Amino acid sequence: MNGGRLLLAARYLALAALAVLCVGPILVMLLTSFKTQAQTFTTGLSFLFAPTLENYRDVIFDSSFGRYLINSLIVGVVATLLTLLLGCMAAYGLARFSFAGRRTVAYTTLMLRTVPLAVVAVPVYMIWSDWHLANSLGGLILLYIAVNLPFTIWLLYGFVLQVPVELEEAAAIDGCRPWRVFLRIVLPLIRPGLAAAAIFTFRIAWNEFILALVLTDRSTRTLPVAASLFVTDIGVEWGKLMALASLIALPPLAFVFLAARQVISGLTAGAVKG
Amino acid sequence: MAMTPAPHSSARTAWFFILPAAIIMLAAGLYPVISAIRLGFYDWSMGTPWAQARWTGWTSFQIVFGDPAVWRSLWTTLKFAAVSVSAEMFLGVALALALEGNIRGMAFFRTLFILPMMVAPIAVGLTWRYLFDAQFGPINALLAVFGVAAKGWLADETLAFAAIIVSDIWQWTPFVFIMVIAGLASIDSSVLEAARIDGARWWTLTRRVKLPMIAHVLAITLVMRLIDAFRVLEVIYVLTFGGPGDSTEVLSMYIYKTAFIGQKLGAASAISVLLLAVVMFLTWLALRMSNPLADGENGQ
Repeated sequence: MNGGRLLLAARYLALAALAVLCVGPILVMLLTSFKTQAQTFTTGLSFLFAPTLENYRDVIFDSSFGRYLINSLIVGVVATLLTLLLGCMAAYGLARFSFAGRRTVAYTTLMLRTVPLAVVAVPVYMIWSDWHLANSLGGLILLYIAVNLPFTIWLLYGFVLQVPVELEEAAAIDGCRPWRVFLRIVLPLIRPGLAAAAIFTFRIAWNEFILALVLTDRSTRTLPVAASLFVTDIGVEWGKLMALASLIALPPLAFVFLAARQVISGLTAGAVKG
Repeated sequence: MAMTPAPHSSARTAWFFILPAAIIMLAAGLYPVISAIRLGFYDWSMGTPWAQARWTGWTSFQIVFGDPAVWRSLWTTLKFAAVSVSAEMFLGVALALALEGNIRGMAFFRTLFILPMMVAPIAVGLTWRYLFDAQFGPINALLAVFGVAAKGWLADETLAFAAIIVSDIWQWTPFVFIMVIAGLASIDSSVLEAARIDGARWWTLTRRVKLPMIAHVLAITLVMRLIDAFRVLEVIYVLTFGGPGDSTEVLSMYIYKTAFIGQKLGAASAISVLLLAVVMFLTWLALRMSNPLADGENGQ
């Protein structure tokens, strides 16, 4: 019996150690963001310091921060909503209809999911310039929808399959058109999948900066792009850099605490049932 | 599992649902990928009209495949993928096996473990740059406590390579852990019970029952991690920008630099084809193991 207790204690100890390793760097980022320039040079490891908000004040009241934040929010929210709308329709179409070309659509979708973004950076710049979409938020939104659709369709497809097909048949017999069956029966039942898809789409649209760096200019930059350019200007002002990094990191982290189950279902989608 | 019977099977209705997404994926997904390949055959400068592009045939490919820097970069990518993914798989599987089961508070710990994956790459890169900073970084400060002399982590070729691997292991081991935990949880408990009644010890049970039963999940996890390791760019961009020298210049980084700093678009596209070939091969492997969309089969 004592051995069992000891084992349990050892497991908790191991879990706690892992948690410290996982959260440690995030904690260092947050703590450093509350340190003055002098403190970052002298206090290295110490958690004991008089916290300051001056880094946040400097970052937030910088003349352009507001614009970049609004750009990021517009791109993140609009790309997420449109990806969800188009993605759940396509997932439903693939899951519930048989038609010529279905396999081609399915395979192309899955192949697109893994294309390295570095590969498309140049052609995207070229094509978007050609279409007069370069340096516009709309262009970035279009790209992020295309980048996120394959995963969203993949994820929601699994959720649609779990909807009892009898429900849809019953509604169809009652005279519901396919579009209404989709809206009234299917959509409400795949809500957990939609939540997971929303989190992962927003995460990419909010975090991504290589393609955004190529596709935006001074007025359409998103926060991560601004941060990546900031690095060279700011040198070793670690407090400020960590404040900016924290502000960018925070929204996706908040989602983890609000909807951990959905995040896990998104991570394990396609490989593990349930 | 057979294809789910379709309650309404008119092709027109099907395309009504699929077409909007298909158009976007064709125009803003597939078309850029095809253009990336096509660009390899042209000499074109950014900012000039496409009409001025000059057909150069296989020249870019010949130059690229004769360039030792490209092979060095491919080697760096392979090393990065091999070392980081095997470390992540080993750690993730070992930890999942040791810590699975009904432990109170597991949900809370799992939530904490997901956090690194959700942090923006720009923030991950900046944070590790600070952690590894030679003068003011916490890692050197921690080493000093144990009497180890400060190291210039990001200024030394070997240490910088170790640094990008450490940051990747930190961010992605939890992914393997979560996948394996989910796989283990889906094993039918009566099978484990039967093995236990037969007197199987923990190690035998793990090696003979648990691991074989989650072999599928392990394979998919491995390939998914490999694909991501070959695509890696953003964290390295911030952490080392491929340096010092070319010690951390993975293929994606090399493509980016060739295109946007060297302005050699044909060459960049030719290298892109190389990277695309590697990733598409891995994707094909993954789809052979599990194709959730192809035949109406979900996962297994």
